[in-house]
Amino acid sequence: MSDHQLRVSKIRSGTVIDHVPGGQALRVLAILGIDGTGGETVSVAMNVPSDDMGAKDIVKVEDRELSQAEVDVISLIAPEATINIVREFDVVEKNRVVRPEEVHGVLQCPNANCITTEAEPVESEFTVLREGVRCVYCDTLLREDIAQYIQ
Amino acid sequence: MRHDHLITATQLSRDDIEAVLDRAAEIADDPPEREAVLGLLFFEPSTRTKMSFDAAMKRLGGTTVDMGSVDSSSVKKGETLADTVRVVEGYADALVLRHPSEGAAEMASRFVDVPLVNAGDGAGQHPSQTLLDLYTIRENAGLDDLTVGIVGDLKYGRTVHSLASALTNFDARQHFISPESLQLPRSVRFDLHQEGAQVREHTDLDGILPELDVLYVTRIQRERFPDENEYRQVAGQYRITPETLDAAKDDLVVMHPLPRVDEISSDVDDLPQATYFEQAHNGVPVRMALLDMLLENAEDGAGGVSS
Repeated sequence: MSDHQLRVSKIRSGTVIDHVPGGQALRVLAILGIDGTGGETVSVAMNVPSDDMGAKDIVKVEDRELSQAEVDVISLIAPEATINIVREFDVVEKNRVVRPEEVHGVLQCPNANCITTEAEPVESEFTVLREGVRCVYCDTLLREDIAQYIQ
Repeated sequence: MRHDHLITATQLSRDDIEAVLDRAAEIADDPPEREAVLGLLFFEPSTRTKMSFDAAMKRLGGTTVDMGSVDSSSVKKGETLADTVRVVEGYADALVLRHPSEGAAEMASRFVDVPLVNAGDGAGQHPSQTLLDLYTIRENAGLDDLTVGIVGDLKYGRTVHSLASALTNFDARQHFISPESLQLPRSVRFDLHQEGAQVREHTDLDGILPELDVLYVTRIQRERFPDENEYRQVAGQYRITPETLDAAKDDLVVMHPLPRVDEISSDVDDLPQATYFEQAHNGVPVRMALLDMLLENAEDGAGGVSS
């Protein structure tokens, strides 16, 4: 894609999350806890035509490099995503997200009667399924609205 | 059976189940000696489950220590479950836990080294009940080429969740009959689907009743419905009477985990199909076998497959 076609300008330093399924960008922002009030410079492109995916979203966040826990959760809603770390306009790292087998302490169980929602000394634990995640303790499935349950 | 704990029916293979049932069948004639102490931790009221575990341990030659009711225990002071089980494991060789929260037994098992049996975790699982249910089915109908109807509160009924999951190990067709608001939870359907189980759901019992070999009735609780009228209507729809059974096979096996309120009328009790009291009595030999095997495993330090 040549420069004059770019819908979103390059960033100097930060993270570019590419190959997010079309329409999921706002959920990615929710996972990153970005709602605009924190002052981050964020660019979002939604439903950009893509040869591989039909339509994809791109999220660019300046001056921020993502933690592994954040990448793990993004992988749950955007399994094909690539995470590009940019420093001084150069992509210094380009990683495909890897769906973890389990996520620990990242999501809250949506079942209010699950033992992990009580004052017990355990963190939440979910196994990652082909579609969604499942609480290891109470077996509850979480598929839609995963971003809503980020702790 | 080589498990450290019994937490959920999904951990049980056909071999595991048959091993427990086989041992249960012979245990009354030749009970092994287990001078063990069983800790009873019931955070919810229980009659049958608690008493049958108590009786089972004592018939094995052991004894029990009982936390008593939640009102009289340190839980009332705000102690976590994790602390309670870590303390009580020092008093006992095995623990039986009932708790109102789903996942409580799984969590508790991670804090103890002694075998722990889930005797009901909220609307989750109740696997030892399933073992005695399967024992009863095996004795009365066999466990092959079986058509089972499970009726009532399938959403919150933990005995239902465990039984449905365990039946996927056998050649069993499962029919689930309930009002739409009390159908199986998504997680149980997911497991059944994964196992390729033969499952159908109905809101009406009459259509499927003639095909059934086993009818497993569960209680529909009043508090699940917003108003009394709706509850009465639904409860009445699934009530089992001698007239209901006219449409069923003569050798239908009618089961119920008990306690029942009025979902099976008392004049069914004397009919040959009524199997629920026998089912309740089977709790003792089956739990004797289960405790014996878990304690044997722990003694061998075998560990085996962790749950």
